[in-house]
Amino acid sequence: MIETILQLAANGIMSGAVLAVAAIGFTMMFAVLRFPNFSLAGHMAGGAYAGWIANTMFGLPLPLALLCGFLVAGGIGVASDFIVLRPLRRAAPITLAIASVAISLFIENALRFGFGNDLRSFDLPLARDWVIGWLRLGPQQVQNAGLAIVAMLILFVIFTFTQTGRAMRATADNAGLAAVKGIDTEKITRLVSFLGMGLAGAAGVLLGADTSIEPLLGLKVILSVFAAAVLGGLGSIPGAVLGAFAIGIVEEASQIVVPATYKGAVGFVAILLVLSFRPSGFLGRRQT
Amino acid sequence: MDSYLIAMVTLAAIYAMMAISLNLSWGLAGMVNLGLAGFISIGAYASGLLTTVLGWPVPLAILAAMIIGLVSGVALTYVTLRLRDDYLAIVTLGFAEVIRLAIVNELWLTHGSDGISGIPGIVAREYGYGFELGTLALALAAVALCYWLADRVRTSPYGRNLRAIRDDPEGTAVAGKNVTLIKVKTFGLSTAIAALAGAFYAHYTSFISPEIFQPLLTMYVFLALTMGGTGNNRGAMLGAFLLIFVLEASRFIAPSLPQFSAVQHAAIREMLVAVLFILTLLYRPQGISPETRHR
Repeated sequence: MIETILQLAANGIMSGAVLAVAAIGFTMMFAVLRFPNFSLAGHMAGGAYAGWIANTMFGLPLPLALLCGFLVAGGIGVASDFIVLRPLRRAAPITLAIASVAISLFIENALRFGFGNDLRSFDLPLARDWVIGWLRLGPQQVQNAGLAIVAMLILFVIFTFTQTGRAMRATADNAGLAAVKGIDTEKITRLVSFLGMGLAGAAGVLLGADTSIEPLLGLKVILSVFAAAVLGGLGSIPGAVLGAFAIGIVEEASQIVVPATYKGAVGFVAILLVLSFRPSGFLGRRQT
Repeated sequence: MDSYLIAMVTLAAIYAMMAISLNLSWGLAGMVNLGLAGFISIGAYASGLLTTVLGWPVPLAILAAMIIGLVSGVALTYVTLRLRDDYLAIVTLGFAEVIRLAIVNELWLTHGSDGISGIPGIVAREYGYGFELGTLALALAAVALCYWLADRVRTSPYGRNLRAIRDDPEGTAVAGKNVTLIKVKTFGLSTAIAALAGAFYAHYTSFISPEIFQPLLTMYVFLALTMGGTGNNRGAMLGAFLLIFVLEASRFIAPSLPQFSAVQHAAIREMLVAVLFILTLLYRPQGISPETRHR
């Protein structure tokens, strides 16, 4: 029993690391743009396909494929923000949220048009599981989690030590005040869309490297990503990371009590519980 | 009347019920429901199962489906009431996903992705043309009933409270209105109507499966309401007919672009829906028949 729990916890930490990358993207965009951007799902899939092309057609190794996924998804993010969301900036948050659902629908179907509904796999070396004591770890999962953590560290450095990072945090705290202090908030918004959707794309590549990719890849995990962000407190980046690990572990652990097919419901239950008892999440400040 | 035309008008009437449902929660009370497809599937499966498994008469099963829709809507809002709109969006989306998971996985009850077939019609299917016309008449009557109910809500003092809540929730609460109760009642009525639409769909087409109630369906209803005019029940009905027209017109994509596969045709169609929706939001957010302002 102890072995099973440890094994599930290890799996949960590895899948949580990948979730965290997407959850950071979601929560940082929420902090600045003040609406839940549902098109994260489409951008995850877009990034996953970009990484897949880089890997299978150009033979790039996973870290470079990840970078491709990041750049392409970030680019789509800036484009969709510029074309659809920027003109709606003054609309109600919920209008923006619904517009973002339409963006996701468009991206997913553009991918479906180009690549069909078939599952596609990355071209990665197969390796035997590592066995450490009772634990059995897949080298690919460990590598994915490692890459996710590296991506998060880079982001941490940008946010903490650069001028742009400070400007982004200032805009998230109080956009009006940031504008008064001479920060170009429209430029920051574009940058946040690039980084946020780029992270979504990177998470898409990692998910694809773990299993396989399809146009609805993002839609399948979006609830877990939302749950991670809500659990940590919407708008809080450390909260999103913490929330992602918690959701990752609980999703794996849930297999002890319910069939694995219900893994997708864990996020929903977590959201309901958090919202009922502590709407601001682990680390959120704003009580809503 | 031509069978094709009857089928399209019947389908449009079912979509009109969905659009009125969405208008009640989103258009009038400002409570977004991204899980509409979930409530529609609850109605469809409740009525479909009660008639095929337990042999209930169709009208009774539809009534039960509406009650189940109402109860699930009330239960869900009860948890999320004190929350901001964007949380409600996430929660309702999650709710629909959980319903879909349950339908796919509980094979003993729902037959999973195989779906349920042989659901009896509201008018016996053996009547052929009579079935088509009878179902159409009943669907139109149901729309009229939903419209009457929703419009009474809109024009009554209660509706004034609703709009007040939508436009300024805190002010309304300060003015001494029981915001919570009003919200729960409205959302419950709206999900009961969504379940009614689902039940109608099940009895009309005789076959339901989880495939039919994808999040895409919710998107279709949002498109219908936005095109017609959010906040206006007549706009909701108009939008439903417009939606059916757009979806049917897009069938001509396939013969005009024969070099693409069926999957690609479906993808083009859904991209068109997405683009149309975004264009409406950008250039005509008030819809064709905008909400008239009340004092």
